[in-house]
Amino acid sequence: MNKVVKNANEAIKGMQDGQTFMLGGFGLSGIPENTIKALVESGLNDLTCISNNAGVDDFGLGLLLKKHQIKKMISSYVGENKEFERQLLSGELEVDLIPQGTLAERLRAGGAGIPAFYVPAGYGTEVGEGKESREFNGKMHLLEFALTADFAVVKAWKGDTMGNLIYRETANNFNQAMATAGKITIAEVEILVPAGELNPNEIHTPGIYVQRIFQGVNYEKRIEFETVTE
Amino acid sequence: MSLDKNGIAKRIAQELKDGYYVNLGIGIPTLVANYVPENIEVVLQSENGLLGIGPFPKKGEADPDLINAGKQTVTTIPGSSFFDSSLSFAMIRGGHVDLTVLGAFEVTDKGDISSWKIPGKMVKGMGGAMDLVAAAKNIIVATTHTDRNGEPKLKTKCDLPLTGINCVKTIVTDLAVIEVTDKGFKLLERAPGVSVEEIVEKTGAPLIVEGDIPEMKL
Repeated sequence: MNKVVKNANEAIKGMQDGQTFMLGGFGLSGIPENTIKALVESGLNDLTCISNNAGVDDFGLGLLLKKHQIKKMISSYVGENKEFERQLLSGELEVDLIPQGTLAERLRAGGAGIPAFYVPAGYGTEVGEGKESREFNGKMHLLEFALTADFAVVKAWKGDTMGNLIYRETANNFNQAMATAGKITIAEVEILVPAGELNPNEIHTPGIYVQRIFQGVNYEKRIEFETVTE
Repeated sequence: MSLDKNGIAKRIAQELKDGYYVNLGIGIPTLVANYVPENIEVVLQSENGLLGIGPFPKKGEADPDLINAGKQTVTTIPGSSFFDSSLSFAMIRGGHVDLTVLGAFEVTDKGDISSWKIPGKMVKGMGGAMDLVAAAKNIIVATTHTDRNGEPKLKTKCDLPLTGINCVKTIVTDLAVIEVTDKGFKLLERAPGVSVEEIVEKTGAPLIVEGDIPEMKL
């Protein structure tokens, strides 16, 4: 079973205007750089994007925002992205901000066939407005629903031709849950090897979740805040 | 004299206990890591998928794949582990993290907290803060006692959008250590040289003051 495609352009084939896609990464760590570039070049529009952050102004998802290709963002943190904050405050961009753990669990549930679940995060805040709530063990919880997408785009460290993936350090973050929640999951990897070369004990994402895989090129792996000790 | 950021962090570090797993938020809370008492062992959790945060890397050794939740480059310690975001919040939600320290715009005498949005002006997003405050067993807020304009940050009601309700247990500010009790704010300690009167005046809610209030020992 060979899932290898040539490059990012081939990987996003079939993606259409108005579709929903999810994108792995935390800040700029573990983002699928090659596929983002291909999406910017594709000129696809009216996209709904599920991603914890939105990159920075001139890198990562920020590039798609700048070109107004995204209609709606589902995220947990705007942080330091000025363009994201500007589009949000001006109303140009529809933004659904949700607690980070709820986001992660909604993705996990989406891939695991669990339509909804209760969590305490956000109860009593504007996140809970209009949501069904229920008490368990003396504590209030909100009903949250699973998230899936037409495409999930993830970045892994190593992958094989069958789509098995291994992430590296904290570059795993949202990638692992998202890989399970796409109708079509695209994985870009730094190192692509033939099936059989990865140690099955070390695989984070089994190949069943991945439909297309390719080895990325020219990773910049930009650091957002380089902090060092002297 | 009121404490600086490091002073607040130093005081909070005294709340750490041996064997604690601790999540430190962005800003002053991150500084707490610099003052962990030498005779105890705590493991720091970073919600982007790391247990066992080490010090910042040496110059030239920063690894873009290894960051903390503030997106700063970090290192691991012997015994560190990596995991994905859903497992990270499962351990938070599941009550496995002993202590959360985070910053705030406002805190109320009921333990409500606002920290993520100023409508019309600024939206940072809640990130993991809502999950943390809703689930952590113990929550300490690290903040200045008043805002830039001198207005109290400790109040009876949050004017800004809430991050969570009935969750904050302790507040450590540049002026005082305050406990959130069933009856409201209770003054436990004051910063060296700061008077009880000054603390009462700068707190925007009733403050329970019982007996002599000791100075913090830093």
